Amino acid sequence: MSIPEYSAVKLKELLETKQISALEIARALLDRIKKHDAEVKSFLYIDEDLLLKEAQASDQRRSQGKVRGILEGIPVALKDNICTKGQRTTCASQILPRFFPPYNAHVVEKIQASGGSILGKTNMDEFAMGSSCENSSFFNTHNPWNLNCIPGGSSGGSAAAVTAGFTPLALGSDTGGSVRQPAGLCGVFGLKPTYGRVSRFGLIAYGSSLDQIGTFSRSARDAALLLEVIAGRDQRDSTSVDQPVSSYQEKLLSSLKGKKIGLPQEYFENLDEEMKASIMAAVEVFRSLGVEVEEVSLPHTQYAVAAYYIIATAEASANLARYDGIHYGYRAEINAQNTKVEDLQEIYHESRAQGFGNEVKRRILLGTYALSSGYYDAYYVKALQVRTLIKRDIEKALEKFDVLLTPTSPVSAFPLGEKIEDPLSMYLCDIYTVTFNLSGNPALSVPCGHDKKDLPVGFQLVGKLFKEEEILAFAHQYEKETLVNTLAPIKKA
Amino acid sequence: MIEKKEVQHIANLARLRLSEEEEEAMTQHLGQMITYINKLKELDTTGVPPTVHAVEMPNVWREDTPCSGLSSSEVFQNSPAMQDNFFTVPKVVK
Repeated sequence: MSIPEYSAVKLKELLETKQISALEIARALLDRIKKHDAEVKSFLYIDEDLLLKEAQASDQRRSQGKVRGILEGIPVALKDNICTKGQRTTCASQILPRFFPPYNAHVVEKIQASGGSILGKTNMDEFAMGSSCENSSFFNTHNPWNLNCIPGGSSGGSAAAVTAGFTPLALGSDTGGSVRQPAGLCGVFGLKPTYGRVSRFGLIAYGSSLDQIGTFSRSARDAALLLEVIAGRDQRDSTSVDQPVSSYQEKLLSSLKGKKIGLPQEYFENLDEEMKASIMAAVEVFRSLGVEVEEVSLPHTQYAVAAYYIIATAEASANLARYDGIHYGYRAEINAQNTKVEDLQEIYHESRAQGFGNEVKRRILLGTYALSSGYYDAYYVKALQVRTLIKRDIEKALEKFDVLLTPTSPVSAFPLGEKIEDPLSMYLCDIYTVTFNLSGNPALSVPCGHDKKDLPVGFQLVGKLFKEEEILAFAHQYEKETLVNTLAPIKKA
Repeated sequence: MIEKKEVQHIANLARLRLSEEEEEAMTQHLGQMITYINKLKELDTTGVPPTVHAVEMPNVWREDTPCSGLSSSEVFQNSPAMQDNFFTVPKVVK
């Protein structure tokens, strides 16, 4: 095996026993990126010199016995909506063409304080709005399992980079499934922690009551490692919760005997037979580990996508009001009639018209509509009430069960271009994931094999609030039994 | 489900100029979405409290101690137009 194939935990071990250096890791990953990212197109930006310098500094710390923490020498890729001080951060949007954040996101500080380095910034759907990465204003990212297919979205670049072996670890953000769905479609582990588990300070906001930073990795143990680094209270995000951070890695082997999995029946009703068979095979693995499995009902499931798209777009329309062409970001100079923009209102209208892409405009409009006079109660408040009903369903189910198990996505990766003209069909890709953003529960997509097209299939484990250790333990013990390959060959169809 | 005139009104509220083609496309897409989200009307939610945040938290306070913020050069480095530590805009008063 070579460096790009190793998990972060394995790389740590090799570093600790002086079998490799951080510089060798950085070089090996950069080599692989140079060789294959022209096809995959997962990265928007890599500061090679900085990465190599940081790797050397890490090696020096280690040789002097001054290891910073549990990520010493390990690179992490970041979705490009996570602010990096002095390093271009774009949200894959033309409205932020030259934005150099004056500060680091909380998660970046945490990674650096534990000895890790930032490998680069990954492609995404503009402002994290999309399920295929095709809404990036720069270029499309391709699924390393089949380069004609999408990697999922919106954190498609991070998912593709991990499954292509460009990095052992990456971060994304998950507002309606944007970590779990691409993880499912790329066949890697994608964890959305509990709402409030990880500070969003420095994460460019989309839907603030839903957004959460999450991890990508090729093993459950690596997800536990990275969560240990980034979790915890931060006073700069007042929604981050003051709950002790568990030692997630230590709890991976907690016995599953006698634990209970609930299968929400609504999630299996219209599911593709092949996908269902893969997921039910995973359920059998859990049974063989002594887990009890029973069906459960989450009766308001069918309303989740509708409630989600009202709440998320309403919040987005407010969050994206800050892009006004005045304080930072793109300012239009010339209007559609090719004359000079001279009026303040016109600056707003033109900068936003020229800077935002189609999907972002669509969501701003839908959100503005849902919040506008005459519709506020009928749509926005109604959606918040339905959110209560959905949350109650899950609370009730988790009184009886330790975790819930569902498919991650209704379909495996689809060809580029297939759904981009049909927004509603794209929104329905999130049907199994949005619910747990509305409720806040932690959820993890776990790879469980491939379909007939040789594309990855994943299932989702949902835990009680702040019980990430439980879903990670389920995933880890399943993984040990099955050894699903999480590293893609990078091939054309 | 939604008329073009209403889309124009919403776009103006959002300070977003739409081209004529965009108006057509958005009218169609928003119409589809509104039909879809109208599904929520099937549910009787009388007396159900709204959930604004997934994890309920009371007011969160921090100590009111001074700390350093960003310098003005850091703040202005991303500004599209500035002069003498001010953001510049076209003349607003006619």
